[in-house]
Amino acid sequence: MKIGIPKEIFKNERRVAATPPSVHKLIGLGYEVIVEAGAGEAAHYADDAYEKVDAVIAADTTALWQQADVILKVRAPMDNPSLGKHEVDLMKEGAFLVSYLWPAQNAELLEKLAARKITSFAIDSLPRISRAQKMDALSAMANIAGYRAVIEAANNFGRFFTGQVTAAGKVPPAKIMVIGAGVAGLAAIGAANSMGAVVRAFDTRLEVKEQVESMGAEFLMLDFADEDGSGSGGYAKQMSDEFIKAEMALFAEQAKEVDIIITTALIPGKPAPKLITADMVKSMKPGSVIVDLASERGGNCELTEPGKVAHHHDVTLIGYTDLPSRMAKVASDLYATNLVHLMTELTPEKDGKPVVDMEDTVIRGLTVVNDKDITWPPPQPEAPAQPQHKPGTEEPSPAEVQARKEAAEQAARKKSLIGKVALLAVTVFALYGVGAHAPESFLSHFTVFVLSCFIGWQVIWNVTPSLHTPLMSVTNAISGIIVIGAILHLAQAESFVVGILAFIAVLIASINIGGGFYVTHRMLKMFRK
Amino acid sequence: MSTGMVSVAYVVASVLFILSLGGLSHQESARRGNLYGVAGIIIAVGATLASFGSDGGIIAIAIAILIGAGIGIPIANKVEMTQMPQLVALLHSFVGLAAVLVGFSGYIEPLVATTGTEHTIHLVEVFLGIFIGAVTFTGSLVACGKLDGRIDSKALTLPGRHLMNLAAIIACVVLGSWFLGTDSTGLGILYLVIMTVIACVLGVHLIMAIGGADMPVVVSMLNSYSGWAAASIGFMLGNDLLIVVGALVGSSGAILSYIMCKAMNRSFISVILGGFGQTTSSASAADPDQTVHESSADDVCEELRNADSVIIVPGYGMAVAQAQNGVSEMTKILRERGVNVRFGIHPVAGRLPGHMNVLLAEAHVPYDIVLEMDEINDDFPSTDVVLVIGANDTVNPAAAEDPGSPIAGMPVLEVWKSRQVVVLKRGRATGYSGVENPLVFKDNTRMLFGDAKDSIDKLVTGLRG
Repeated sequence: MKIGIPKEIFKNERRVAATPPSVHKLIGLGYEVIVEAGAGEAAHYADDAYEKVDAVIAADTTALWQQADVILKVRAPMDNPSLGKHEVDLMKEGAFLVSYLWPAQNAELLEKLAARKITSFAIDSLPRISRAQKMDALSAMANIAGYRAVIEAANNFGRFFTGQVTAAGKVPPAKIMVIGAGVAGLAAIGAANSMGAVVRAFDTRLEVKEQVESMGAEFLMLDFADEDGSGSGGYAKQMSDEFIKAEMALFAEQAKEVDIIITTALIPGKPAPKLITADMVKSMKPGSVIVDLASERGGNCELTEPGKVAHHHDVTLIGYTDLPSRMAKVASDLYATNLVHLMTELTPEKDGKPVVDMEDTVIRGLTVVNDKDITWPPPQPEAPAQPQHKPGTEEPSPAEVQARKEAAEQAARKKSLIGKVALLAVTVFALYGVGAHAPESFLSHFTVFVLSCFIGWQVIWNVTPSLHTPLMSVTNAISGIIVIGAILHLAQAESFVVGILAFIAVLIASINIGGGFYVTHRMLKMFRK
Repeated sequence: MSTGMVSVAYVVASVLFILSLGGLSHQESARRGNLYGVAGIIIAVGATLASFGSDGGIIAIAIAILIGAGIGIPIANKVEMTQMPQLVALLHSFVGLAAVLVGFSGYIEPLVATTGTEHTIHLVEVFLGIFIGAVTFTGSLVACGKLDGRIDSKALTLPGRHLMNLAAIIACVVLGSWFLGTDSTGLGILYLVIMTVIACVLGVHLIMAIGGADMPVVVSMLNSYSGWAAASIGFMLGNDLLIVVGALVGSSGAILSYIMCKAMNRSFISVILGGFGQTTSSASAADPDQTVHESSADDVCEELRNADSVIIVPGYGMAVAQAQNGVSEMTKILRERGVNVRFGIHPVAGRLPGHMNVLLAEAHVPYDIVLEMDEINDDFPSTDVVLVIGANDTVNPAAAEDPGSPIAGMPVLEVWKSRQVVVLKRGRATGYSGVENPLVFKDNTRMLFGDAKDSIDKLVTGLRG
């Protein structure tokens, strides 16, 4: 089958859905790949580079759309003004489409796709489970957006991020607040922290505290009865009114203090929550910057103008909606790799024929139109947030767990006590037997034996574990001391049989002594600092 | 030489042997310790020879010693460090065999005339010495064969094997009582021979039933047995030096066995009874949402280059693939770049206690960066990259996280707490214990499939370039 990579026509969209390395991998899956002329230009991938990996370059847009059995795109299909036709209408009936589709907002588009029997995969509807991470374009793009947000902020901020003490005076470090510690928020924290800024972050989901701290930021805690904002699939849920009130108070207080605010707060299927009011913007220091990553969904700040840079109350408000596209090269690389992974899942036989397995959770979630049926939304997967309880098994309360543990420990202690008493009894009995019946000569040897065991016990515990192998070989060599017994017998042998036995014993014990000591010597020689 | 002088020489030798073992507590003093051991043996043998002057036997003794040393030293000189476990096991079997031979000699021609209770005790000592010696002899041979791959290392579980072992021991006890009861030397020898055969079979069967992963315990256990065999021969001969050495070696082996068992969270009894390594099914049903992230040598090189701290966790797989030299080379390159490289060694890594340390030492890895599990386990969370080379069960998170796992509670190296884990592995098979390793499904784990030596060589080339 043929995969078509059209040039993106959305305004200012620089990304492309396939790069030369990804095309190479797609061909490896058994597909032919057609790339529209100039598709990768804005991401710095020239047509020659695609040709080099055996892609066909199509100069004519219409021809490309009509030839392709599978279309890989970045933006959802839209009206093509220069052709006067909608991109969906350009497609072959019964073809496949992979792109961002935002099915919740684009019901009309879904109907259009279904009418033309175009099986469509919305990369933005990917279930967020770990198996699907390699296809998670949202996270990949959010990561880029978070990084770029810091760069844009730095670009519009009149100071260093890192604090400096110079001959010309002291410069304090920039203080940055990141709201929302999802992928974008964490990327922003990491970038800002590595540039030397003092970063603090807020999120309604308490579970991310550790992640925030691991990226080098301080986690802002609300002085609030523990309400956790973790919703399904790793997203946040809407919070109670009191919580929001407390949260807003925190932001108002922070706004006066920080130089830069980066907001990334989104709640699935809802407009972005308004977290930074006009008053808060007013209270910020002159020259401060706000980067609103939620601007496409209305913005977290009341004054954000989506897609633009605005200035209010001497504060710069950045509302760009195309941050990943502003880093088109890396964004294309990552997105293209996500799509290759998706195509690999869709083509298990590597024969260039996609198979839609609706039993597979990941594929099921992605598929928004299957042939002529709209299959969005998918049946709610049983994907709850972090703490997973197996259905039917009640989680025992901590007290119960503790009680069980104690009971187990007590049983173990009891058992070991019985064992110890038994051991003691046996020892006493054996010692009594020895003392009562054994002759003098045996007792003196017995004394030596017991004391030697204790000496061995004390000495061996001091041996460092890294020398356990040499310890074994040296004890091996030493136990060759049995040679003495053999020598005594050999020297005083009366019968031939005993002589032979003793001779062999001396011989093999000598192998042991010679070999054991020498190999220990060899080993010990190797240990060096 | 007078008896008094011989006794003094034996005391000196005993002290030297204790110093020898004591010397092994540190790398710096270890070589001196080995020399003490050599000196001890020379003094002991010299004093023994001197005690009976220039009798006729001395030539035969000299010949036997020379031949023995002539065989032993070249073997020791040639042996590969990866073959250490086999050699150690083989040497144990020699001690066992020597004990059996000396035991028989001691019965046929007792050096000390005994009567009454003393005679009974003497016979018990002979019987015990031969029994332990025979079990050690064949057991060590089987262990050697298993370690060398000549015998299938899987546990052989015959039906009713515990009953068979028990029957063998009971038979030996019965034979023992007959042996004590008889006055005829001929009958006595017959009983001894039958008992030796039974003990030999018992030794084979005991060790055959123990799986590959338990080999460190087996080898140290046999080490202990060889010590007890020497001690009982010492009792038989009334020779304190043999008793001291036997007790030292016996307790040394016992301690090592104990350490190994604790490192696997298993009781000594359960190891001896064998049969481990049979659990093929994993306790935790495979979660469908599990994916293995594969990686390439280039990506791993990149990770290593960007890392500040790296911990390498080697296992038996490294020894099998002979990858230790490459690992050492890689360590050197990384250390020159200022990366903090360390090694984390699990007590039962490899097939012999301390096996990994010896291999790394052979490859010139400085011993001060090779750390024990307890020393390094707390450092994993602050580590950038962990390279797991041919280790499996010793890094299995199921031991810590899944109470239903067969290896639950076994202390393991907590590699998964680091930022990134790279697992070098030949294939997707489970470890010796047959337990599924959830480590490979962790989000921060990358797999580098292929022969460990090839993979390491690729990494070395990549890091140089």
